[in-house]
Amino acid sequence: MRVDELAAKVRARHPDVVVVRGEATVVVERGDLLGTLAELRDDPALELDSLSSVTATDWPDRDPRFWVSYELYSIAHRHRLRVQVGLAHDDPSVPSVVGLFPTANWHERETYDFYGIVFDGHPDLRRILLPDGWRGWPLRKDEELGGVDTRYQGAFIPPVDKRTT
Amino acid sequence: MPVERIEGFKTGKDDADAEEELERGLLLTTLDRSVSWARKQSMWPVTFGLACCAIEMMSTGAGNYDLARWGMELFRASPRQSDLMIVAGRVSQKMAPVLRTVYDQMPEPKWVISMGVCASAGGMFTNYAVVQGVDTIVPVDIYVPGCPPKPEMLMYGILRLHEKVRTEGRFR
Amino acid sequence: MSDDALWTGELRQETLVINMGPQHPSTHGVLRLLLELDGETVVTCTPIIGYLHTGIEKNTEYRTWQQGVTYVTRADYLSPFFNETAYCLAAERLLGIEAPRRAQVLRVLFMEMNRIASHLVWLATAGMELGAISVMLYGFREREEIMDIFEAATGLRMNHAYVRIGGVVMDLPDGGLDHIGDFLAMMPGRIREYENLLSKNPIWLERNVGVGVLPVAEALSFGVTGPILRASGLARDVRKDEPYCGYETYEFDVPVREAGDCYARYEVRIDEMRQSLRIVEQCVERLREPGLVMIEDPKLRWPAELEVGPDGIGNSQRYITHIMEESMEALIHHFKIVTEGISVPAGEVYLPVESPRGELGMFVVSNGSNKPYRVKIRDPSFVNLQAVPEMVDGGLVADTVAVISSVDPVMGGVDR
Repeated sequence: MRVDELAAKVRARHPDVVVVRGEATVVVERGDLLGTLAELRDDPALELDSLSSVTATDWPDRDPRFWVSYELYSIAHRHRLRVQVGLAHDDPSVPSVVGLFPTANWHERETYDFYGIVFDGHPDLRRILLPDGWRGWPLRKDEELGGVDTRYQGAFIPPVDKRTT
Repeated sequence: MPVERIEGFKTGKDDADAEEELERGLLLTTLDRSVSWARKQSMWPVTFGLACCAIEMMSTGAGNYDLARWGMELFRASPRQSDLMIVAGRVSQKMAPVLRTVYDQMPEPKWVISMGVCASAGGMFTNYAVVQGVDTIVPVDIYVPGCPPKPEMLMYGILRLHEKVRTEGRFR
Repeated sequence: MSDDALWTGELRQETLVINMGPQHPSTHGVLRLLLELDGETVVTCTPIIGYLHTGIEKNTEYRTWQQGVTYVTRADYLSPFFNETAYCLAAERLLGIEAPRRAQVLRVLFMEMNRIASHLVWLATAGMELGAISVMLYGFREREEIMDIFEAATGLRMNHAYVRIGGVVMDLPDGGLDHIGDFLAMMPGRIREYENLLSKNPIWLERNVGVGVLPVAEALSFGVTGPILRASGLARDVRKDEPYCGYETYEFDVPVREAGDCYARYEVRIDEMRQSLRIVEQCVERLREPGLVMIEDPKLRWPAELEVGPDGIGNSQRYITHIMEESMEALIHHFKIVTEGISVPAGEVYLPVESPRGELGMFVVSNGSNKPYRVKIRDPSFVNLQAVPEMVDGGLVADTVAVISSVDPVMGGVDR
């Protein structure tokens, strides 16, 4: 199905649909997320049954701050849709979609690991890429890139954005 | 890039240590020389390929840039049976304790080649996740720069290590 | 357990938990598997990853758009051209530009040769892990031919920052097409050699047929893509379903098998190598006409004109004369674009490509500045590894090795 047709079909139930550069994005509320994804998966015209990726972006000067993006793809109809949910700074939690898409398991663990976003209902939410005892959520914009504590033969190398040359 | 030097922080050997080694070495030269020659002739590396440099290390061991000419084609899986650790690739914070454990499990005498800029100094990844130089964890004998170093560069590093072992002349 | 049990010879039934990796010759990099064994049978298998986490995604947020290519190329280090192309296509979609036709053909050419090189490494390591050690040497021998071509064209054997935003950075050298032609003439015979060595080999068959079966429904629910999904029966290939770089104009087939076991994946990858050779032949034909390899817009194009010299890639002498002596404007553009970088309009893009391991997606977010705001690499091996417990549970420990090598994970992409 072409992108504008897909967008029109989705817009019928969820008004907040944008089509930019040939890609359709629908923004939903956190409470509607599971229902929307189930709908999009089960509707025979849309059949968005494959979840490619779950990720988050941190916009610290916007409210809501965290935007979790779900990339959906339909194997039968070969079209894509992005579903986005905005989360506030002080309550970064969202229902887990592992029940609908088992592939989301590790994707959600990675997003938790990087941003500290809690996925309610995830069977095993713990750090996946960073060491278990790591403190902090490295990909948030208020976290340093690092390089602060690196000591090399008596030298101290500041992180990239603080070097003067 | 400005680099701050911190007062009083020093690593490596200084003159007093080197003299002591020279004295000890002079007593056992011929035996030392043959032992060193034997050690360098077939140094077995332990498989410690981590990232892209591991592929270049495998290429060096394969047919085109054969490492078997120096008796090193046999990459032992167990550190207890090897004498050389070629740290090939970026060492993440999670991998660092594993690296130290594998190094500790190797019997003496053992040598370390830090292959690639990521192992030598953190490479292009000056961030929270990569250890900025594997010599903060294990003592390194030869640093081979490159991203990744061509097999010929790694071979040159290995040959320099052989020279170092051959001329070291210390009973360890 | 009482002392009586020691003397009566009662059997104790408990499972043994052992650790396989991260330093292990057969785990394709630093993958750690926690295996719970009942004798030789695997009861549960838990993959633990993160031993190669490099913080690539965070690092790209602190570098310019063009520098991002060099970071992204080291994620899945066995398929650097795919990482670069996905990133550059995503950035080009945000900019609203398209690379010239010749650049697209060069991208396809190098991607397909990279696919062959990656499958050769897979074949080499899979053979070695299952005991066919000479396959390791054959695989790397062929790979050296491909590395020679890469080195002649891009200056580097691996992690070439060749594909840039707006095109590719250099054209093929003189005699490059002949070099590739020689490679094309030699390769089919070599692939036949591998098949003669392995395909009907009783040990290879014993160790691969019926091992690590993944039914297509499980594969889809785990989000598995690439040769594993195609070996389970579903013909999903991003090159056919969502074409990019002109793939819709090339003639090639997508190999599919039904069995879903390690042997099927072996057959799929061997056939993919043949199909890639077909595509490379078509690319070589199209490259006979000259053309531009980088867009002309001076505000966006990578300004340098590089060529491969005796010590690697550098600016050509003619270009240096041009900017230093002939054109002040060119010097200013060069300076500005290399130091400050280009500004990419705000927006979000998700761009999938078909890497040798599956669907490699690049989710790129821009906020209008000269640095990417967020680059997320949807790596195929990261998702494929989730299916490993399903394939391994209930099998033997030795089958775990066969399964991991048939999944072909590259930990650089998994951990980024």
